[in-house]
Amino acid sequence: MTPLVPVASGLSESTFALCLVLLVLAPLAIAGVALINTGLGRSRSAAQALLGSLVVVAVAVIVFALVGASLIGNLPGTPGGAGRIFQVAGKPWNWIGAGPFLLIGLGSAPLESQLALIFEFLAVALAALIPWGSGADRLKLTAGAAITAVLAAIAFPLIAHWTWTGGWLSQLGVNFSLGAGFLDPGGAASVHVLGGLSALAIAWIAGSRRGKFPKEGFSTAMPGHNAVYVLFGCLLALVGWLAFNLAGAILWIHAPLAMLPVTALNTILSASTAVAATFVVTRIRFGKPDASLCANGWLTGLVASSAAAATVTPIQSLLVGLVAGIATPLLVEVLELAVSVDDPSGALSVHAVGGLWGLIAAGIFTGQPGQFIAQLVGVAALLGLILPLVYLLFWVLNRWVPFRVDADGERIGMDLHELGGGAYPEFVIHRDDSYR
Amino acid sequence: MKYAGLLVMPAGFFLAIAALVLFPAPASRGAFVGCGLLVEALGLVVAVRGHMEARGESLQ
Repeated sequence: MTPLVPVASGLSESTFALCLVLLVLAPLAIAGVALINTGLGRSRSAAQALLGSLVVVAVAVIVFALVGASLIGNLPGTPGGAGRIFQVAGKPWNWIGAGPFLLIGLGSAPLESQLALIFEFLAVALAALIPWGSGADRLKLTAGAAITAVLAAIAFPLIAHWTWTGGWLSQLGVNFSLGAGFLDPGGAASVHVLGGLSALAIAWIAGSRRGKFPKEGFSTAMPGHNAVYVLFGCLLALVGWLAFNLAGAILWIHAPLAMLPVTALNTILSASTAVAATFVVTRIRFGKPDASLCANGWLTGLVASSAAAATVTPIQSLLVGLVAGIATPLLVEVLELAVSVDDPSGALSVHAVGGLWGLIAAGIFTGQPGQFIAQLVGVAALLGLILPLVYLLFWVLNRWVPFRVDADGERIGMDLHELGGGAYPEFVIHRDDSYR
Repeated sequence: MKYAGLLVMPAGFFLAIAALVLFPAPASRGAFVGCGLLVEALGLVVAVRGHMEARGESLQ
C-alpha cells in the first residue's frame, strides 16, 4: 500500500503505526482519572464533576492548540526542539520553545513531530484534570476552565519543553555530563507532578470543603460516593498508562521496539505492587482494606512508572511500586490530619509525590553516571520554580475568576447549583451532618 | 508566612543550578544540588505551616 504521506522521520513505518495506535488508546487514562475524580467526590456534585472533566479536556486542547503548542516548540521539522536560548557560563540554556502559533506547518512537519504533538495534547488534558479532582465539590466550572487555560498556555508548555523537546533539563547530559539528561518519558514531571502541585495550589487558594475541618476535633470524613467508578477508573487508567508510557518511550527516549515489552511489564508490575502494598497497609492500619486508598495506591504505582518504566528492570519496578504503595495511604492521612489539605482525589499524594518518587527512582536505578543528579535537578525545578509559579498564577486568577462556589451552592451541591439537576435524580440525597 | 515560604523555594532552585555551573566534580555538585533541595523543602515546610496558621485563624 502506498502511504498517503511519505514517512520522513526517524521512525520506521511499523513504529509509526504502533505509536499512533498507542496514542489512540492513551485517552483511556483521561477517562480513568475522570471517573476516579467523580467517584471520590460527593453524589450531589457528580454530574458537575464529570461535565467539568469534559470542559477541562476541551479547554486544555483548544488553548494548547492556540498558544501552548507554540511554546513547546516541536514544529515544524524540529524533533530536537526549537527554542529560545540564553548563554550562562558558556552553556546554552534552552528555556522555552519557539514554534509557530496556531499549529501552522503541522501538515508538513515530520511524522515524529506530529505524533509528539498528539502526545502533548493528551498529556496537557490529563495534567489539567488532576487539579480539577482536588477542587471537587467547591470549584466552579468557570474556575476549572480558567485554571485549565492557564495550565495549558503557560505552565505545561514550560515544563514539557524543558523535559521533552530539547529544553535545558533534557540537555543536562550534553551540557553537564549528567547521564542522559533529565528522564521523564511517560510524563511523571510534565503531567503528574505539574498536576499534583497545581492541585496543592488550588486546595490552598480555594480552601477546604465546608465542615471538613471543624473548629474542634479531627477532620470530618467525606468518603467518595461511588467506589465502583473509582475502581473501574483504575482499570481503565491502566490501559491509558500503558499507552502513555510506551508512546513516551518511543517518542522521547527513542526506545527500540525490543524495550517496549519490558516497559509495559514494568508499568503493570509497579501498579500491582503498589496496590498490594496499600492493601496490606490499610488492612493493618484499619483492620480492613480501604477501597479508595487502594485505588490511590494503584494510581500512585502507575504515576511512578511514568518516569521509571522505560529505564528500570522488572525487579526494580517492583521496588518502585512497593515504596509508592506503602507511602500513599500514610501520606493521604498525614496531609489530611496533620497538614489540613482538603484534597478529595488525593492528587497531592498520588500525582505530586508519586511522580517525584518515580523521577528519583529513575535516577537511582538507571545506573548511568550523573543520572541521579540530573533527576534531582529536575525535581528542584518542579518544586522550586513550578510550584511558586502555579501558585502565583492561580492566586492572580482567583482575583479575576473566583474559584470557589458560594456557601449556598456548596450546601445544595454543585449539580443543582451549576447545572440545575442532579446526576442521580431518582435517588434520595441524604442531608449532610456537617451542616447541622 | 505562606508567601515567605514560596519565595524561599526558588532560592533553592537557583542553588541547584549554581551547583551545575560552579562544581564540575560529581560529589560536590551532588552535595550542592542536595542543599538546594533542602532549601526548597524548608520553604515548603514554612508555606505549609503558614497555610495551617491562616486556616486556624479563620476558624476562630
